[in-house]
Amino acid sequence: MSVNPALVGREFPPTEPYLVGREKVREFARAVFATSPVNFDVDAAREAGHADLVAPPTFPVVIQEATLAQLLAEPDGGIDFSRVVHGDQQFAYTRPIVAGDELIARLAVTGVKTLGGNAMVTAESTITDQDGEHVVTAISTLVVRGEA
Amino acid sequence: MRAPGSDLSVGDIIAEDSVPLTRDALVRYAGASGDFNPIHYRDDVAKTVGLPGVIAHGMLTMGLAVQPVVDWLGDPARILDYRVRFTRPVVVDPEIGVVVSVLAKVAVLDEEAGEARIDLTVKVGEETVLGKAQVRVRLD
Repeated sequence: MSVNPALVGREFPPTEPYLVGREKVREFARAVFATSPVNFDVDAAREAGHADLVAPPTFPVVIQEATLAQLLAEPDGGIDFSRVVHGDQQFAYTRPIVAGDELIARLAVTGVKTLGGNAMVTAESTITDQDGEHVVTAISTLVVRGEA
Repeated sequence: MRAPGSDLSVGDIIAEDSVPLTRDALVRYAGASGDFNPIHYRDDVAKTVGLPGVIAHGMLTMGLAVQPVVDWLGDPARILDYRVRFTRPVVVDPEIGVVVSVLAKVAVLDEEAGEARIDLTVKVGEETVLGKAQVRVRLD
């Protein structure tokens, strides 16, 4: 089965709220070799004007993950996970994620292209906080490799 | 290296770093991110999908590559947009690991908007592993 071009424009229901914990922020920060005190020290984060510990720039991927799982599980999507390669990734921020945020993400498929034997699926996950305010949009292009 | 507030010019190198990556770093990132794809910890599985061996998560490379810019800015809130293209897998040797080098350079300056675009050159040896790695930042 190949990727269904009718996925373009499809919107998914919001994910379950994700509560960002301080220890998760620290764990993720250590994993990406972050050293900034705003990632680890609550006082340093507050002195810099943030409500709590600040998550590293690529942390939104943790919330985005649940939306990509929705996309891959779409019964008529035709996306074979074992053939998926991450093509590119973008984050467009309104503000950084901080500990204490309760975030939901909504995915929309914005593009399906075929190029050679491969399909490129562009998925945009809009992440908002408990007040409905925009935090960050995470955009992924997945390359689904064709059968050789 | 120049600080964010000082006179910047296009072409200035604002940060440089080398990060040694070993298999335990991949395990730590798998746990932190929730990405447990076995190509990041099993050589046999990596080989069955045509890779030479275990590779680093693309998102780990993306995540570590921006850290020198975060340190230069002093505050991750100054990052407005960050994008990369995953051009080549980072193979992590089980014994000696691999070293990922990052060079961050001013590519575009918009003094009126108080913004800059920082381009990252991310390499393993002589090979570029991230393409079009761009960070748009607020300077003021």
